[in-house]
Amino acid sequence: MIKFLLMVNRQGQTRLSRYYQPVELTKRAALEADVVRFCLSRNKEQCSFVEYKDFRLIYRQYAALYIVVGVTDAENELSIYELVHNFVEVLDKYFSRVVSIMFNLDRVHIILDEIIQNGHIVETNKSRILAPLTALDKMADG
Amino acid sequence: MKRLSSTFMPSNWLSRAQRWRKELDLQSTNLIEVCMALTVVSQIFPKEMIPAILPLVEEKLNHPKEIIRRKAVLALYKFYLIAPNQVQHIHNKFRKALCDKDPGVMTASLHIYLQMIQENPEGYKDLTGSFVNILKQVVGGKLPIDFNYHSVPAPWLQIHLLRILSFLGKNDLRTSELIYEVLDESLRRAEMNRNITYAILYECVKCIYTIHPKSNLLEKAAKCIGNFVLSPDINLKYLGLKALTYVIQQDPKMALQHQMTIIECLDHPDLIIKRETLELLFRITNAQNVVVIVEKMLEFLQNSPDDYTTIDLVGKVAELAEKYAPDNEWFIETMNTVFSLGGDTMQPDIPNSFLKLLSEGFDSVEEDRKLRLFAVDSYVSLLQGETRKLPQCFLQVISWVLGEYSHLSEDHNRSTVLRLLEKLLDMKQTSSETKCWILMAMTKLCEGTAGVCVAQQVSETYISSMDTVLRQRAQELQHLSQDSELREEVLPRDSGLDPMEIDSSLSFLDEFVSGALAAGAAPYKPPHQRQEELAEAKVLSLEPYGLALPISMSSCSITDRHSPTPLSMSSGLSGDSTDVSHRAGLKLDGVQRVWGRDGYLAKKESVEEAAPVQGLTPVHSPSLQNEGDGSHSQTPTPTPTPEPDREKEQLASSLFFGVSSQSSVCLMGKPDSTFNRRRKAKVQAPGVTEQLSSSVAPVSNAVDNLLCNNLQDSNINSVSAASSKQTCELSPRVPAANGTCNTDCGLPESDRKRSNLSISRDNGLVDADSALSEDQGSRSDLCPSSYLPAELCGLYRSEIAPLCTAHSLELSACHVHQGDDMILIIFISNSSDSQVLQIRLDLKSEQLKVTCVSDSSVENIKSHTVAVYQYSLAVKRPGVDVEVDGTLSFLLPAGTPQTKHFSYKLPLTAFIRPLLISTEEYGTMWLGFSHEVKQNLTLVDDGCEPLTFTLNLLKNRLQLHLVEIIGLEGILACRLLQNQPCLMHCRVHAGALAVWLRSPVPELPDCLVYHCQRVLQEK
Repeated sequence: MIKFLLMVNRQGQTRLSRYYQPVELTKRAALEADVVRFCLSRNKEQCSFVEYKDFRLIYRQYAALYIVVGVTDAENELSIYELVHNFVEVLDKYFSRVVSIMFNLDRVHIILDEIIQNGHIVETNKSRILAPLTALDKMADG
Repeated sequence: MKRLSSTFMPSNWLSRAQRWRKELDLQSTNLIEVCMALTVVSQIFPKEMIPAILPLVEEKLNHPKEIIRRKAVLALYKFYLIAPNQVQHIHNKFRKALCDKDPGVMTASLHIYLQMIQENPEGYKDLTGSFVNILKQVVGGKLPIDFNYHSVPAPWLQIHLLRILSFLGKNDLRTSELIYEVLDESLRRAEMNRNITYAILYECVKCIYTIHPKSNLLEKAAKCIGNFVLSPDINLKYLGLKALTYVIQQDPKMALQHQMTIIECLDHPDLIIKRETLELLFRITNAQNVVVIVEKMLEFLQNSPDDYTTIDLVGKVAELAEKYAPDNEWFIETMNTVFSLGGDTMQPDIPNSFLKLLSEGFDSVEEDRKLRLFAVDSYVSLLQGETRKLPQCFLQVISWVLGEYSHLSEDHNRSTVLRLLEKLLDMKQTSSETKCWILMAMTKLCEGTAGVCVAQQVSETYISSMDTVLRQRAQELQHLSQDSELREEVLPRDSGLDPMEIDSSLSFLDEFVSGALAAGAAPYKPPHQRQEELAEAKVLSLEPYGLALPISMSSCSITDRHSPTPLSMSSGLSGDSTDVSHRAGLKLDGVQRVWGRDGYLAKKESVEEAAPVQGLTPVHSPSLQNEGDGSHSQTPTPTPTPEPDREKEQLASSLFFGVSSQSSVCLMGKPDSTFNRRRKAKVQAPGVTEQLSSSVAPVSNAVDNLLCNNLQDSNINSVSAASSKQTCELSPRVPAANGTCNTDCGLPESDRKRSNLSISRDNGLVDADSALSEDQGSRSDLCPSSYLPAELCGLYRSEIAPLCTAHSLELSACHVHQGDDMILIIFISNSSDSQVLQIRLDLKSEQLKVTCVSDSSVENIKSHTVAVYQYSLAVKRPGVDVEVDGTLSFLLPAGTPQTKHFSYKLPLTAFIRPLLISTEEYGTMWLGFSHEVKQNLTLVDDGCEPLTFTLNLLKNRLQLHLVEIIGLEGILACRLLQNQPCLMHCRVHAGALAVWLRSPVPELPDCLVYHCQRVLQEK
């Protein structure tokens, strides 16, 4: 099961965080800082899966952006690793420029909510993930 | 729309939910609105609102648009997660969703099925065929092309289905047979060189090893794992190791096939890979390879990156060492390393069980002696080296062992050891708790003139310490070092296994008490009563005593001339305690003078204050000392061989030695070796602490009592010869009791413990198969109240109070009044995603008799379920509040055993019931009861009938029976459950209510008076 998903830049600032298990607001900052420190310190030759306390972190780097997912022990790490990539492909498909991702975080949230709900993967089909968003855009335009 | 889409965790989510409900209510024709509303509903939703919205969502299941149907199914899944009972009636709709023509809707329904099958695989075996068919179609590429990811058809769907199938096929040959073919197909199709296909393969392998085994599939799976482990891709290697760790639990021989790879992984630069490899090795450890594996683990620990790993690994090493240690030297040395590496962060049961093991020993006396001797020798040499970096808990272990077993060693005489200990005391890093342990050890060791000299010197230093426990230890040391006979009696050598007798009734004080009473001393008053009076007496200036709480307490007891013993020693002899408060003002000055002049106060204080702090179980400060110490050099190192390859092969042979020959039972980490005795010791550990705390209480009472009697004597200023003689006789008892108690810290005699253990086995673990089955294996909402056994619903019960949490387990409890029975219900809810294994719940109470009601037992609690344990309670020894102490032990998914202590307190009033008797019967009973308490209570005035009003108030609040009211007097009667009566006689006197209580049970009147007082004060 997925516990949380973070999007972090290389400076360690959290751009987006989504928790699927309740974590106190006060503890989130500490957790995020810890998690980011863990992932940023690793090089490319090292494993993309990290043990952190009693759960695992799966991280993937896209240029200056890190995506980190926390999962329970029973989860298939590689499938999550690929899910992150799928997510990025969807973002890529929707946003024409990478910069616009950070200015449209609400849309990123909508996309994420289509993919993961309650810590489970609910949709991976790219066109279906984007369907609600495209409809919204049409409504706004029209 | 942005409002909905950005962050979905607002504080006012309830009102928002209502707004969304309206949006649904509108039956909006706007697709997006419905769609968004459903998305929100399926993520956060208040349980209470489900009934309102459920029909709307159900309606959406038939919506022409697939996206709406899909989201409706997901919303139902959410409902199922938070309140499974509320969606039970629509299970057939789930089936409809599973057969939906749109693959997206079908996929969504799988979430519900995975959850339900996980909880109750038996109920869905008939669906195996459908799932197999779906998987076949997916694998066969029957889905539209846009479901593909990197040209693999719906990989996450495949993984999902494989998980469902492995739950269905587990331990079931017939179902497994249906699955074989599709598994084979999946393996065959997933041969592309893509990450995502490896993810599917990994899931296949897990499935193959979970369901009923089939040889050709096993072969293929083994080959797959081989590819993974050998892959240059580090992520795959990790996954391979993870798979291997999973697989060797079923088939340890797999490890042999990949031994060289495993060896390579052990030296891998990436710590994560190393860690995973150690996890694997941990699972194949046996008596033959334990030395090498533990060595590897310790090596890793020396450069361990973080606390969490350290704690985890240290626990594992300690477990392996206890289970499989080949010899004494190795065991002691390994444990030394564990203590110094683990530092003060490690689980406290490690040092506890280690000490227990040392003291209990094994079958052969000679072997025990050698083990202890070796421990002593190794510690002495450790202390002779650099000691500054040793963690506190290690120092505590060392001082205990040295104190207890130094005499076994001929090389080191006591004065050497004493001097080493003295050196420890002087270190500024040593915590005061550790200092207590050291002083205890010195007390055991101070013999001969040199010893006494050192002891005097040390005790001089600490006798005026601000730390009361430390001061107590210093006192003991001082006295016992001077009186060797007494010391022999108090701290007998080799007494580890002799049962310790504790006279909890303190009957040896009876004569003394009666003597004191005859000499005019005021009778005993229980602490709560004194406290009350203390509160009343606030007007008195107590400043001169206000140093610390215990001191002011003692001075108060002086003024009131009542001993603060919690045990009702003199209850049969109560005098007129009701007017003490009137006299207190007069007494105070005199008392103060007497004690100030005598200088008694300081001395007595130190004894008294220290008394309650007895359990010297190690408490660990959070500081972590990862630094190694001298003991590292002692760990065995392999003989280096010139060629690296040869070295590896050698390592491999030593690592995997015994893997093939040993039975799999042993390999799977179950205790099954010649050294399992050590294991047993560990299992029993929780009982130890419990035992300890319970045996401690009476001791402090003894101290308390003695002290106060002393005080009384001098207070009265007429110390009779008899009572002073008694004091002399008694005083040795105090250190005696203390001493033995502490010696035994963490290791009381074994017999009692064993019986404890068996008792707890018998009456622990009541389960709630019933409760679970009621649930129909449905997904729980984890709200304990809904798990209340049906027969207890509707009865009066207390609030469900949380007891403790341990990892994902949450304990809560309530008590239920069931007729003449008091039922304690404990709920254990598992909120994690994994099953928690081997749950054991042991309840104990000094004051209550705890018997378990149901007799089946729950060993494991599945994820997101609640187990219910029922106990019936009966009062053994009444107290103002009665407490049940419990220990919960369980196994984490990772295999590490955990224990957690908790206690549940309930007021005595819960056990009080009205006693229906007539005035005549009351009269005869009154004369027959010996224990009496008198007290003045405030009269609650409602204007006209204060007596009637007050008595009715008491009657209603405490469940008493109002027998009769005659004029200014009234009589009430009640009984403690199991028919122990208590009678109450009240009289209005000078604006107050004078109350007499009588009962055959000594403590009952005291406690009841206290509760009466509380009720009236609240008013």
